[in-house]
Amino acid sequence: MSLMNNLSTSMISSSSSTFLAPTSFNSSRTQSVSVPLKSINIVKCVATPQEQQNAYKTKVSRNANIAKLQAGYLFPEVARRRAAHLLKYPNAQVISLGIGDTTEPIPDVITSAMAKRSHALSTLEGYSGYGAEQGEKALRAALASTFYRNLGIEDDDIFVSDGAKCDISRLQVVFGSNVTMAVQDPSYPAYVDSSVIMGQTGQFQKDVEKFGNIEYMRCTPENGFFPDLSKVARTDIIFFCSPNNPTGAAATREQLTRLVKFAKDNGSIIVYDSAYAMYMSDDNPRSIFEIPGAKEVAIETASFSKYAGFTGVRLGWTVVPKQLLFSDGFPVAKDFNRIVCTCFNGASNIAQAGGLACLSPEGLEAMQEVIGFYKENTKIIVETFNSLGFKVYGGKNAPYVWVHFPGRSSWDVFSEILEKTHIVTTPGSGFGPGGEGFIRVSAFGHRENVLEACRRFKQLYN
Amino acid sequence: MNKLSACSSMACGISLQPKMVLASLRVRKQGNGRCTNVPRNVNLEKLQNNYLFPEISKRELQHLEKYPNAKVISLGIGDTTEPIPEQISLSMANYAHSLSTADGYRGYGAEQGNQALRKAIAETFYKDVAIKDTEVFVSDGSQCDISRLQLLLGSKVTIAVQDPSFPGYIDSSVIIGQAGDFQDKTGKYQNIEYMQLGPQNNFFPDLTVTPRTDIIFFCSPNNPTGHAATRKQLQQLVEFARDNGSIIIFDSAYAAYISDDSPKSIFEIPGAKEVAIEISSFSKFAGFTGVRLGWTVVPEELLFSGGFPVIHDFNRIVCTCFNGASNIAQAGGLACLSPEGFQAICAVIDYYKENAKILVDTFASLGLEVYGGVNAPYVWVHFPGSKSWNIFAEILEKTHIITVPGSGFGPGGAEYIRISAFGKRKHIIEASWRLEKLFSKGKPLCNCLK
Repeated sequence: MSLMNNLSTSMISSSSSTFLAPTSFNSSRTQSVSVPLKSINIVKCVATPQEQQNAYKTKVSRNANIAKLQAGYLFPEVARRRAAHLLKYPNAQVISLGIGDTTEPIPDVITSAMAKRSHALSTLEGYSGYGAEQGEKALRAALASTFYRNLGIEDDDIFVSDGAKCDISRLQVVFGSNVTMAVQDPSYPAYVDSSVIMGQTGQFQKDVEKFGNIEYMRCTPENGFFPDLSKVARTDIIFFCSPNNPTGAAATREQLTRLVKFAKDNGSIIVYDSAYAMYMSDDNPRSIFEIPGAKEVAIETASFSKYAGFTGVRLGWTVVPKQLLFSDGFPVAKDFNRIVCTCFNGASNIAQAGGLACLSPEGLEAMQEVIGFYKENTKIIVETFNSLGFKVYGGKNAPYVWVHFPGRSSWDVFSEILEKTHIVTTPGSGFGPGGEGFIRVSAFGHRENVLEACRRFKQLYN
Repeated sequence: MNKLSACSSMACGISLQPKMVLASLRVRKQGNGRCTNVPRNVNLEKLQNNYLFPEISKRELQHLEKYPNAKVISLGIGDTTEPIPEQISLSMANYAHSLSTADGYRGYGAEQGNQALRKAIAETFYKDVAIKDTEVFVSDGSQCDISRLQLLLGSKVTIAVQDPSFPGYIDSSVIIGQAGDFQDKTGKYQNIEYMQLGPQNNFFPDLTVTPRTDIIFFCSPNNPTGHAATRKQLQQLVEFARDNGSIIIFDSAYAAYISDDSPKSIFEIPGAKEVAIEISSFSKFAGFTGVRLGWTVVPEELLFSGGFPVIHDFNRIVCTCFNGASNIAQAGGLACLSPEGFQAICAVIDYYKENAKILVDTFASLGLEVYGGVNAPYVWVHFPGSKSWNIFAEILEKTHIITVPGSGFGPGGAEYIRISAFGKRKHIIEASWRLEKLFSKGKPLCNCLK
């Protein structure tokens, strides 16, 4: 099938796809890159070759919603560019500050719990089959008491998942195709992409780089990265991420109070993404439910990915308060529960055991330490770009640094940085038209790689 | 389901009793909650009941409350009971430990799955049918994959299901907006084609009277009937799909339970790669019901009507709506497919199959019409003229055994009970004994439960 010649399998022997043998802890890493590679399997859309035109076709129409999507999802595209770069420069010491992938080992107290649970599955007393789709009771309770103490969020308002990205899509399935949504611009691309897939949007409008029927709430340095709500049209759903990916901006209590009022006045539902809450340095709210009245207008989604390095282990949660109701009074939580029971089957029990250990006193302390490490990385990167005279945003309350390159195309800057310094970043326009002219530099990485990257930035931009 | 009228303080206090919360922040008293202006998804309104299996769990809990000392035996939800073989859990434990080391730590994996695992799946299950590792997408299980496939296909396709069938196909179809309203009279959703299965047609639908649909969900070995389609039957199915330009979604979750030479993969049938997707799971294969691991095969040859490869769109869904199966689970999966791991797993499968045999023999000896249990861990018992929820209730009340009423799988299951063969041997034997006692008292059960 020549069409599939472009289906590039992982071309570089990636240790991230080499499982350790059952009896050995040692993996042989022969690659020259500084950080583990994601193994890449991308299907590129190419013109149909002659033989393909004679190939058997079913009579099933392609989903028009998926056809609306412009390109691959952002992060595999960044990965593809990185892989292509490595092909070009096989000996380059590529440093990855692109995809926000954690790099530091998971603290022992957490992995020991997961190992223990794994062993237990081989015993009569310890074996468990299907778990509750909503998550293990102990974990739900621990999440409630750790993150939502005194906020009136109860254990059964919490649904454990295999991560925020998956939860976003499950929420879209709950909402269906007949709702309108608003996103920050720029924003984490899964909100827009999942909305398109769900059929909530119109076509992509190339001139403005926006999908029809989505309300893009521009967030810029000028408005302190908080949208001017007086200019925002009413939508059913409002996606809001704070601390923000990619800008790093953290909304203040005052801003979130305005957001909750806006949602209340409009009868909208906020989907509040708090995946980076633990990176907060300032005294800003970490949960939307710190705002009075939020339980009647908001869902909160969160993740262990960036706290515990669980990007590969897969664990997160979503809070749907009982007080949140559709226009006919039907509780949103009931429909979310139905989706969770029908379209999902619970997070891995081993991952959940790890999650519980994360929330023990020792686990929390260990997570704070790793988070502190990444925050120190962020500080170094911020200082570097500041010293080079760039306008730098974020980095204080999130592991992302948002650097302004006025007047330049972000993909061009991305390519230039990659070509000249072998550093992978993420182009701002990948997060929406509001990201044009910006580059997102992620602060996940081994310290020596971050320091080396900063040296190279200084070389390039001095 | 009661549709509440315009939001009022009354309407907002349904079954979830809002509680007065003492908080350091000023919180509005919950009694007069406000509704949003967001309309409920009409597709979710169409769903008739709770998903089948949580409903069974609920009944089990209610029964336990009523009889706290009862020794309830659960042959309802098909939940595995036997420990995972040691070498497999050891590999998962080792992998977990390695995540604490500089060399062993891994972050995001490929959304499509770990390459070694994809290769191992292709080589273990699809060696002779030339499915490539790049056509294998590792997941956190079939129930999740079914919904991702529905997201892929969208609301404008039509589906056919076997009747009876695993409720995930129908429910996910309703949720995504492919189905019309539920009709109480027939017990069916409009716009879904229900392909009736029964002893009369050897548990294979009569395709000559089946109208065309875009998608055909087909599970073999079948949940709940236990029937494994023959090669000839699957050839007919592939031909039918080909003639109609349809896509088969073939659920092979129970392939490892096949005892005879029925095909284990749809791709054993020539031409299937151009008309079929196959989903499968480690759940019933390796006891991974809680660990969460499965896979979906989308052949490169499978094309939408405009020639666009289905695999391309499925990859997009996987990259956007999913973030890969847990790396620890995947390490376990790889160990399952090692020679020793595979052997150990087969021993557990044999154990469940022996359970199934005991159950089949029990029902057969009672003179009841029993199907399945040979190629699948489910036994399908016919109670002609009865209502399955009544039989379910009677069995539960009188023997403290949980089963699943056949009508939960569609109107075609109305007179049947599904008994799952997952369980400790002693419980299976005990259950058999209790069932013998219940049913051998002449057959009043069937008559008084109309």
